[in-house]
Amino acid sequence: MSVAPPRKGENYELRQQLNSEYREKRADAIKRVIANHTIGKDCSGLFPDVVKNMQTDDLEQKKLVYLYLMNYAKTQPELVILAVNTFVKDTADPNPLVRALAIRTMSVLRTEKTLDYLASPLSKCLRDENPYVRKTAALCVAKVFDLKPELCVEYGFIDTLRDLVGDGNPMVVANAITALSDIHEASLRISETPESAVDEDGNPTTPPTSAKPNAHLFLIDPPTLSKLLVALNECSEWGRIAILNTLATYKAVDTEESEQICERVMPQFQHNNAAVVLGAVKVIMVHIKGVQREDLLKIITRKMAPPLVTLISSPPEVQWVALRNINLLLQKRPDILANEMRVFFCKYNDPPYVKVEKLDIMVRLASDKNVDTLLGELKEYASEVDVDFVRKAVRAMGQVAIKIESAAERCVGVLMELIETRVSYVVQEAVIVIKDIFRKYPHSYEAVIPTLCANLEELDEPEAKASLIWIIGEYAEKIENADELLGHFLDAFKEESYQVQLQTLTAIVKLFLKKPDSAQGIVQKVLQAATKDCDSPDVRDRAYIYWRLLSSDPAAAKSVVLSVRPPISLPQTTVSPAILEELLGEISSLASVYHKPAATFIGKGRLGAEEMAKRATDVEEEVSREKALQTVMAGQQAENLLDFDDEPSTPAASASTSRPATDRGLISTQQIASVTKSTNPLDELMDLFSTASMAVPSQPAGVPAAAMGSGGMGGMGGMGMDLMSPPSASPVAGQSAQQGQGQKKADDDLLGLF
Amino acid sequence: MASLIAILDVKGKSLIQRSYRDDVPPSYIERFLPLVLDMEEENVQVTPCFSDDGINYMHIRHNNLYLLALSKRNTNAAEIIFFLHRLCSVLTEYFKELEEESIRDNFVIIYELLDEMMDFGFPQTTESKILQEYITQESHKLESQARPPMAVTNAVSWRSEGIRYRKNEVFLDVVESINLLVNASGNVVRSEILGAVKMKCYLSGMPELRLGLNDKVMFESTGRASRGKAIEMEDVKFHQCVRLSRFENDRTISFIPPDGEFELMSYRLSQSVKPLVWVEASVESHRGSRVEYMVKVRGQFKRRSTANNVEIFVPVPDDADSPKFRASVGSVVYAPEKSAFVWKIKQLGGGRDYIMRAHFGLPSVRNEELDKRAPITVKFEIPYFTVSGIQVRYLKIVEKSGYRELPWVRYISQNGDDYVLRTITDAKTSTIVAPL
Repeated sequence: MSVAPPRKGENYELRQQLNSEYREKRADAIKRVIANHTIGKDCSGLFPDVVKNMQTDDLEQKKLVYLYLMNYAKTQPELVILAVNTFVKDTADPNPLVRALAIRTMSVLRTEKTLDYLASPLSKCLRDENPYVRKTAALCVAKVFDLKPELCVEYGFIDTLRDLVGDGNPMVVANAITALSDIHEASLRISETPESAVDEDGNPTTPPTSAKPNAHLFLIDPPTLSKLLVALNECSEWGRIAILNTLATYKAVDTEESEQICERVMPQFQHNNAAVVLGAVKVIMVHIKGVQREDLLKIITRKMAPPLVTLISSPPEVQWVALRNINLLLQKRPDILANEMRVFFCKYNDPPYVKVEKLDIMVRLASDKNVDTLLGELKEYASEVDVDFVRKAVRAMGQVAIKIESAAERCVGVLMELIETRVSYVVQEAVIVIKDIFRKYPHSYEAVIPTLCANLEELDEPEAKASLIWIIGEYAEKIENADELLGHFLDAFKEESYQVQLQTLTAIVKLFLKKPDSAQGIVQKVLQAATKDCDSPDVRDRAYIYWRLLSSDPAAAKSVVLSVRPPISLPQTTVSPAILEELLGEISSLASVYHKPAATFIGKGRLGAEEMAKRATDVEEEVSREKALQTVMAGQQAENLLDFDDEPSTPAASASTSRPATDRGLISTQQIASVTKSTNPLDELMDLFSTASMAVPSQPAGVPAAAMGSGGMGGMGGMGMDLMSPPSASPVAGQSAQQGQGQKKADDDLLGLF
Repeated sequence: MASLIAILDVKGKSLIQRSYRDDVPPSYIERFLPLVLDMEEENVQVTPCFSDDGINYMHIRHNNLYLLALSKRNTNAAEIIFFLHRLCSVLTEYFKELEEESIRDNFVIIYELLDEMMDFGFPQTTESKILQEYITQESHKLESQARPPMAVTNAVSWRSEGIRYRKNEVFLDVVESINLLVNASGNVVRSEILGAVKMKCYLSGMPELRLGLNDKVMFESTGRASRGKAIEMEDVKFHQCVRLSRFENDRTISFIPPDGEFELMSYRLSQSVKPLVWVEASVESHRGSRVEYMVKVRGQFKRRSTANNVEIFVPVPDDADSPKFRASVGSVVYAPEKSAFVWKIKQLGGGRDYIMRAHFGLPSVRNEELDKRAPITVKFEIPYFTVSGIQVRYLKIVEKSGYRELPWVRYISQNGDDYVLRTITDAKTSTIVAPL
């Protein structure tokens, strides 16, 4: 035995075995090395001994050695060179499996040295007679591009790839397409990052030669398009997905082409791979814009529904991805599943994430015709055990009531039945929901107020309390013992959360304005308490404003505090129209699953104002389209401000509602984005309202964040939360409203006060 | 596109992993479970895909395992999630059970499979029959080195050439699963039929098959007067061997089948179905002492059919104990792990009905939690019968050698995953008798 450093231990034993003269023993030892690696032990020390076993006729052993190399080549860049010779030899092996294996492994070693030896075998393999080798080699080009783009340009690999798109074998076509799109995406990233990023290996490389052809690396022309459409019908399911992805990025030249694409893609709806179906939906959603033939449009809409419904029978995770995408589709085309609400009924054993998504979709599909069935179903859910789900079901009832006027009465009926169950969380949720119903249909269901007040004692959650207080304040003139009820909250004023304090304050002021005689005492008390004992500046400020308003001009106070607010409505979309368009073009991707643009979660996960601006100047045509949309959006925002209603349809608010709480940090990003979005035409207007616009979005963003800890809501669940804020924000908004409408008198008074 | 695929145990420890790209370091695998636990703690919905710190985590669950894929890009989530399910089924076919132990015992072959099924993060071949042809448990020796089967890259990627059978046979199973939901007042709220045509093909060569069904759309388009009933399939999904464009054009189902067993097509009908097996239960609950059930079952189908292996799951409170059962037919067992008792009836004749009674003790100290309102679920199988009335009209087989073959067709109706009745009613609101 020669001198080997440690003469004991497992690695020593393995080393001996790896050098054994018996083949069986060596094979066994390699297996053990791999097993050790898998459980996390470091086996890099055995490198030379393992590599010795590379030259073998045993395919399995070869695979294992290759596997070892893939994992440890980077740790031993000096020694990898030992293996290169065998690799190159293997790429000329008579067995195509070995050739493919060698080229595949060699291209992932990720060391500078081996790359140079890779070029010539790779160009040979790209032209191999065996399609299995060709399809493997095609992907290798993408791997090489990832490491050293110049090499690909130098050897013309990218042109070869483009030739492979016309290959006779569908699998090769699919992989060539996949590789090209991957390279395309990678090159976009390279051109974005500053030049210094390219020479990461320390070598001062020439400024990226690849940077130039980047923009045109992978463009489909009409002849390629027809090749793709043919290959689409012949390739494996995964190949189809790759082709469909590419088709979705293709810009059709004219109507005829759009129509052709739609016709050729539609049969893919019948595929049993959910990703193929969604891929086909994506292509259709992109190209349907160019379709003009009425009959074709009809056929497409008719044929799209059944496959979407079938996706609901997939395994839960696939189902969820499908549901998120369906939710998005419905925001654009609510008609496609209009008659299919029943398939979204929750199953008892559905995982919670599926149930929540289904609830949301059911509300979207609710209409006059199916509302009775839906309510029956929601009532059933409200008796389940999962607290979170029950709350969401109750909330859904409120949304249905707000959405469908004719059903509001039945909804209220069901909610009252639920309140009678006296299950604490159901009652609290129902109170919150009824508050929203009052905001939509003021003075319609006053008869339920006594029942609500009877449950006063049972409310212990701030949001529910605040809701009930708001109701009492709003209808103070009709509730005989309103002062008594509010007094009850006033007693515990100091211990309450700010949300409840604000509501108590406003409600009592309302009461005073409505019944000045009986409430004199109580209003004094609340103003005292709010200005003296309260440590929230919001509460204090509001109390001061009320105080001065009341003392200087009660009429102005009346017009501010008791102003009639417009009814709320259920937003059609959870994202702004421009983003919805973008997401629909990315159906089945993570962006469409998260319901937010890719730029918000890839990279650092933050989208600065700068980047936003850069994106805007990307392509001429895109800009003009986006600008139009932005103008519309900014218009909406401004309108909303004028309405003193921070409906979730303002981008910032909607973003915060639709966002899962995991990335709460993103809310701010989104706000930046939405602020930058409000471009020129309305800038002045925005400036005018800048104070208001700052104050308003900050409210909803803060409320859900606080509530998330306790409520844990995503998606529409957050709605009610946002709806909560208007009453609290109303004084501030009220001010700006006075300005906006030019009610000079009140305006002067207010300014005079300060 | 996935940068990395890993299989984790229930504690979030990686059992095996394969990194396809360098952009996501493997250390992120360890962050997965803590993230999930954090979300659960904060009462945030844990969804199959989520993003943290610029990394996207996509996962599915299988038994006690997590199959996890990581990516940095705006990946095709549908593709990856579906791929993970495929990976699951391929590994299950290889090892019978996919669990911690079978993974530990088969590192080597799983690595090989992971390499063959995905390259640079893109799914490649997931057809387990084809994989089994060149990735096997036995090592290959010099004389017979494995080669990639033609099928891997062929247009017909699911069938190898040169298959020979002495006796050429085809078995067709038409299986219809019924999902329905009956509400507390006994009305069917939702129902659907999920049908599947499963084949077992033992045919030589490269046969061309054509399957004819009593498909209403086809009858109408060919103008053929339909003899008997024609059915209207709402959505049809095919195995990748079926030529989709051909079906789109003239509703012909034509294909070259894979060898052996596979599912040729599945379809869905949302026509209303009446519950084939009707069950209702009335509960008499005496809080703090006992609870009594009376369950009725009725076979609502033709007298000459029988439902086999009927199993009725009736939910009971979690803390029920000392069960007593009395059934006029079949046997009853208590399944505390499911919080239910199961009434098993070997054969239930059409039009027959039976009754059983159950009695449970309840602890005198009631736990505060609410009763779960789980519904009744039922399992059954009715052979020689399909609810929709679908029929195989013909199966034409064309092969160059012109052999004779024997097609066999079998029909069966059974419960789906979601055959649910909410028909549990309180017998009467019982009053608590104060103990003296």
